[in-house]
Amino acid sequence: MTTSTAINGPSAAVPQRSPLLRASLGFFLLAVCLLLVADIEITTRDPWLELGRLALGIVTPDFFAVEDLAQALFNTIAFAIVGVVLGSSFGFVLALSFHHRAVRVFCAVIRAVHELFWGLIFLQVFGLTPLTAVLAIAIPYAGIFAKVFSEILEESDPAPLKSLPSGTGTISAFLYARLPDALSHFKTYTLYRLECALRSSAVLGFVGLPTIGFHLESAFAQGGYSEAAALLILFYVIIATIRVWARRQLVPFYILVSLIFLPWGGSISMSHVATFFTHDIVPYPLRVAETFDATTLSALWAWMTDLFAGQALPGIVSTVVLTQIALVGTGMLTLLFFPLISPKFFGTVGRNIGHVALVVIRSTPEYILTLILLLLWGPSMLPAIVALALHNGAIIGHLIGRHTETMGLRPDHAKGLNLYFYEVTPRIYPQFLAFLFYRWEVIMRETAILGILGITTLGFYIDSAFADLRFDRALFLIAITALLNLGIDALSRRIRARLRLKSRLDAV
Amino acid sequence: MIREMFKKFLLSAVVLLGTAVAAHAETFVFTAIPDEDETRLKTRFEKVATYLSDKLGVEVKYIPVKSYAAAVTAFRNDQVQLAWFGGLSGVRARKLVPGSQAIAQGEEDKAFETFFIAHNSTGLKPAASLPKEIAGKTFTFGSKGSTSGRLMPEYFIRQAFQDAPEKVFSRVGFSGDHSRTIALVQSGAFEVGAVNFKVWENEMKAGKIDPAKVSVIWKTPAYPDYNWSIRGDADKRFGAGFTEKVKTALLEMKDPDLLSSFPRASFIPASNSDYQPILDVGQKIGLLDE
Repeated sequence: MTTSTAINGPSAAVPQRSPLLRASLGFFLLAVCLLLVADIEITTRDPWLELGRLALGIVTPDFFAVEDLAQALFNTIAFAIVGVVLGSSFGFVLALSFHHRAVRVFCAVIRAVHELFWGLIFLQVFGLTPLTAVLAIAIPYAGIFAKVFSEILEESDPAPLKSLPSGTGTISAFLYARLPDALSHFKTYTLYRLECALRSSAVLGFVGLPTIGFHLESAFAQGGYSEAAALLILFYVIIATIRVWARRQLVPFYILVSLIFLPWGGSISMSHVATFFTHDIVPYPLRVAETFDATTLSALWAWMTDLFAGQALPGIVSTVVLTQIALVGTGMLTLLFFPLISPKFFGTVGRNIGHVALVVIRSTPEYILTLILLLLWGPSMLPAIVALALHNGAIIGHLIGRHTETMGLRPDHAKGLNLYFYEVTPRIYPQFLAFLFYRWEVIMRETAILGILGITTLGFYIDSAFADLRFDRALFLIAITALLNLGIDALSRRIRARLRLKSRLDAV
Repeated sequence: MIREMFKKFLLSAVVLLGTAVAAHAETFVFTAIPDEDETRLKTRFEKVATYLSDKLGVEVKYIPVKSYAAAVTAFRNDQVQLAWFGGLSGVRARKLVPGSQAIAQGEEDKAFETFFIAHNSTGLKPAASLPKEIAGKTFTFGSKGSTSGRLMPEYFIRQAFQDAPEKVFSRVGFSGDHSRTIALVQSGAFEVGAVNFKVWENEMKAGKIDPAKVSVIWKTPAYPDYNWSIRGDADKRFGAGFTEKVKTALLEMKDPDLLSSFPRASFIPASNSDYQPILDVGQKIGLLDE
């Protein structure tokens, strides 16, 4: 249990504030200020009307309305499994050489681009093929796996290594002393990633790949809520039973089945792949220039500055505004959610209800939550803020709630609100902040993609560039998004170091 | 054991890719831009595939796509050889595939229109020109890549106000498709919207529009729109005269049930040059590079 002396025990009017509290207040005040300037209007005339229809749809799911339902479910699962197998394999190899700076930077870059953006890129290269979906998942996941695997290896118990006789080869030492301890962590983390991959796979349907997201989008767009409810219910069942069907021994079988039954139809032309990389993504002024001279250079400069001032900058501003508000919202909801599943506050029945609620909220991809709230409230930042806070709050709330299970209390401990405010919350607070700062960069990545739904974050401009088939612009804006993510990641690391927050990443 | 498995794995991958490529060469694939109600796309267009298959004597398949850009990309990457495009997406696609041509259009596409629609609470009345009072209202286009839902309305807005839509309106959205535009304006989520006139008429007939809530305030001048475009290498792949056969099959499509998928009264011949006005407008407002 991490403790911080500054916030432990009753603070009898001590004027000195802890750095944790100062940081929290700083972030909170910033979010409040941003909330004042952010666009959070509810624009629909009757927000409750749509909610009524949605509720009706949820209680009357229609499992027969969706065309090709079985294929869509199969694709969703198969893309996720193949994506995770590839991602974890490459991630493992990269983790072994993670001490090289180049590898670390490479991994940071590939994971700074959201899988939906990877999907949009590969759609142009490989078209609507399973390869597009699998790579969109595998590439960013490889970057994440590499980082987490290397952290696990670093933290693995050094005792077995010390007991080896001198002269043991590096490979033997790795296989017999380091790997066994890390392996169980690898397995747990990979299983968690599979759950994430199922969500990614579903969401890839929103940009056209044949997963359940494809049908969910159509259903929501046409107000077919019974159809949407059926799809969501099936999705929850797949996620809830993941421990039953995701077994290591079955992986080769799953891969084989995926290879056979995925719709691989449609050839991939290498010349198109080449055209994409050597022509399409080259900035327009360079592409049409006959010679590379001062005129070309100034045209290129104008192209870049126009794009930056007209699209990237407003995109960055909304992305940051939305991220900061959503981060604080996530924190507040986490503090509200964690007691729901904590034995310190609720009995078995209450906790089970809490568990179900949190599982449903966190299993619903934030992209889909935002879409639903956009239908209810109309276009503004509000749906995105609430969706991001709910989804991420449920994830961290779950972790913190589990964390309180093992927390020891004095026999004469306080009860109810007193217990919550004066004991449990202060004790979990460092852990809570650590999780929240880890999640910061994830929230920003998600904020960017929500632009595809029409909120003017960076994703909005990226989606527009893809819609206009201007891949040079799309790539430029994706690169800027990635840089922004890397910046937040570095900032978060510094703040965590400054506040001396430490926690295992594999839980997030 | 593992090596065995890996061998099998590779073998099946090669065999699968091989058969996929082989099968692909014999199948004629088409798609259509997702411009309205996207549910049951397959049911609707598979009937068209069956019709074409009978007429052409080759296997015809339809694949659904999620966006206008995806339809263009599929055409460019040869995943489809024929597509039902909008005016703008057709121009884009044909620019990317040398030799490709527009072979047919709907009878209505010679002179297509966009309807500007408004929620009745705005008090906007039908007018002969774009009402100046729409300035400052909230406004939604259709899809970002749509001709009737984006390109032409943006052009007319820029003409009337000499400014970008984001400057004219208090909020600009992209609904995604024409059905959705109508739904959003009808619900009041947006005050004004621009919609494909065929979809409006169709939904009006189907009773999906409540005239007490939403009505047409302006009809644009006519412009050319949707078209069937085919890749330039179709004859080489499917035999001499294949393009002509496809064109005939489309022009001879008389079954109202099939035509309602588009929805068009019938198809008439078209050519690339019919769409020069769209290309010009696209370049003028900066949606197409020169």
